[in-house]
Amino acid sequence: MRLAAAIAACVLGAALAAPPARADRLIVSVSNHRVTVTPNYSGEELVLFGSVEKDGNTPPGRNAYDLVVTVSGPRMDLVTRRKERKFGIWINTDSRQFLKVPSYLAVFSNRPLEQIASPEVQRRQQVGLNNVLLTQRVGPDYADVVPEDAFRSAFVRLRKQHGLYRQETSAVTFLTPTLFRTGIPLPAEVPIGTYNVDIKLFADGVLVTRTETAFEIVKVGFEQFVANAARNNGFVYGLVTAMMALMTGWMASIVFRKD
Amino acid sequence: MLEPTLPRAALRLARGALTKANRVQLYLPIADLPVNVLLILAMGAAVGFVSGMFGIGGGFLMTPLLIFVGISPAVAVASVASHIAASSFSGAISYWRRRAIDPSLALVLLTGGTIGTALGVWTFTLLRSLGQLDLLIALSYVILLTTVGGLMFWEGLRAMLRARGGNPVPVRRSGGHGWIHGLPLKMRFKRSKIYLSVIPVIVIGLIIGFIGAVMGIGGGFILVPLMIYVLRVPTSTVIGTSMVLTLVTMVFATMLHAVTNHLVDAVLALILMVGGVTGAQFGARAGQKIRGEHLRLLLGLLVLAVGIRFAVELVIKPADLFTVRETSTGGPA
Repeated sequence: MRLAAAIAACVLGAALAAPPARADRLIVSVSNHRVTVTPNYSGEELVLFGSVEKDGNTPPGRNAYDLVVTVSGPRMDLVTRRKERKFGIWINTDSRQFLKVPSYLAVFSNRPLEQIASPEVQRRQQVGLNNVLLTQRVGPDYADVVPEDAFRSAFVRLRKQHGLYRQETSAVTFLTPTLFRTGIPLPAEVPIGTYNVDIKLFADGVLVTRTETAFEIVKVGFEQFVANAARNNGFVYGLVTAMMALMTGWMASIVFRKD
Repeated sequence: MLEPTLPRAALRLARGALTKANRVQLYLPIADLPVNVLLILAMGAAVGFVSGMFGIGGGFLMTPLLIFVGISPAVAVASVASHIAASSFSGAISYWRRRAIDPSLALVLLTGGTIGTALGVWTFTLLRSLGQLDLLIALSYVILLTTVGGLMFWEGLRAMLRARGGNPVPVRRSGGHGWIHGLPLKMRFKRSKIYLSVIPVIVIGLIIGFIGAVMGIGGGFILVPLMIYVLRVPTSTVIGTSMVLTLVTMVFATMLHAVTNHLVDAVLALILMVGGVTGAQFGARAGQKIRGEHLRLLLGLLVLAVGIRFAVELVIKPADLFTVRETSTGGPA
């Protein structure tokens, strides 16, 4: 371990000493930039693929790359509550608000994160569920806390249970030393909106380059129409729904009339 | 030449429908998730049956079921209102045909109900600003459901035992039963064959409206026993009349939810309705066949069971102490 750290430090020093040339470039694409939600939509799996383009500045002999892909969905405010026993019953006592955190957060890499970069680099680059910034309202302050924080870890665990947060350290596969792909599973519960895909390329424990792409999940046709009507014309929408209820009730009484 | 092709086409259609039935997932536009249509239909039908049989809205059964399927509580509560409106309307029509609705009684109850709802909404806002609203709702659910359910169950059991013992249960206890019949402003409710002061009727309507607004339920399961035991309304008109009250309250609730929180899922509501009205028809028919005391016993048992379930949830250590809820959807950050 100590040897590895020493090597990493040497490499880091070398990288810092070298002129800031853009050695490698990332070229990526998502299989579908616009996921449409139709009546039979039940989630989707996208594929991200790309390649590492080397140029003259690439240190010779560099062949082993590491890749971390972070997909984050539209941001929302969520509250995590904790139950405690009081007067013999279990009630919500303490709560923590998470502000503008990703509704969907997925981290994919080609091997365990601790083998890719040091904890310090991971933290600085916000790599992994433990290091992505999740802002909490702590009293009057806004801050992220340590990953071991009870509320933070419970939050991440519960989001994981619903498939909305995930971390898979063997999801990225290198087809050739420079050509890679990974699947982005989107369960049906993921919210509508824009999803950012952040791709970070590491080599020998340091960040080489990064790039971003995005895709969106949108409602179309009937779904879009209903959602818009509910939002923009609440009164008419409510009236139509109430009328629909009465019509359904009336029709049933006709259909099932016996006498 | 046409004849042989027709059945073949029908067969092909049926086969197509069958293969489709295996994956009848439908995406709900407001709830934002796909659901199994057959499951929701069945849930609607089951709750509709219960609601038609006992003349209750069934919201206290439907909402937890929808939350269990994965629909967010807010959307569930809002959409259930329209479902209850549909099944109580279809139920009310069939009760109306059987002359089992007392229109004047319904009208007086509604007067109180409207005032109660307004008071309830005001209290709800007040309580929310004070915090611990969830706990209050949970506690009132437990207390209300277990006491009402327990009392109904006990009374039904006693009536049944008495009937079995040989002496038939009197439809209404004779003589002056207390102060309620001594109140002024008496009014004749013809179809129910009762002569009663409007004051307790309005007060009961008020209580139901209030509880309904605070707890987010139609309140039919409290209204029915109150009408039976306090107002001495005969069982023949109790259910139909309570349905009218539920219908009006739920139509208003649907409108309110649609205008204020935009959370009514019309697609979900329609599936629930279709199942619900079908179930309610059969339920109403079954309810007419069952003897009054049996009906009360069954309803008491049902209400008690739900109350106990809520109580158990409060007392037993939850599997997970933490919960995550959405507070608001932030804009693009």
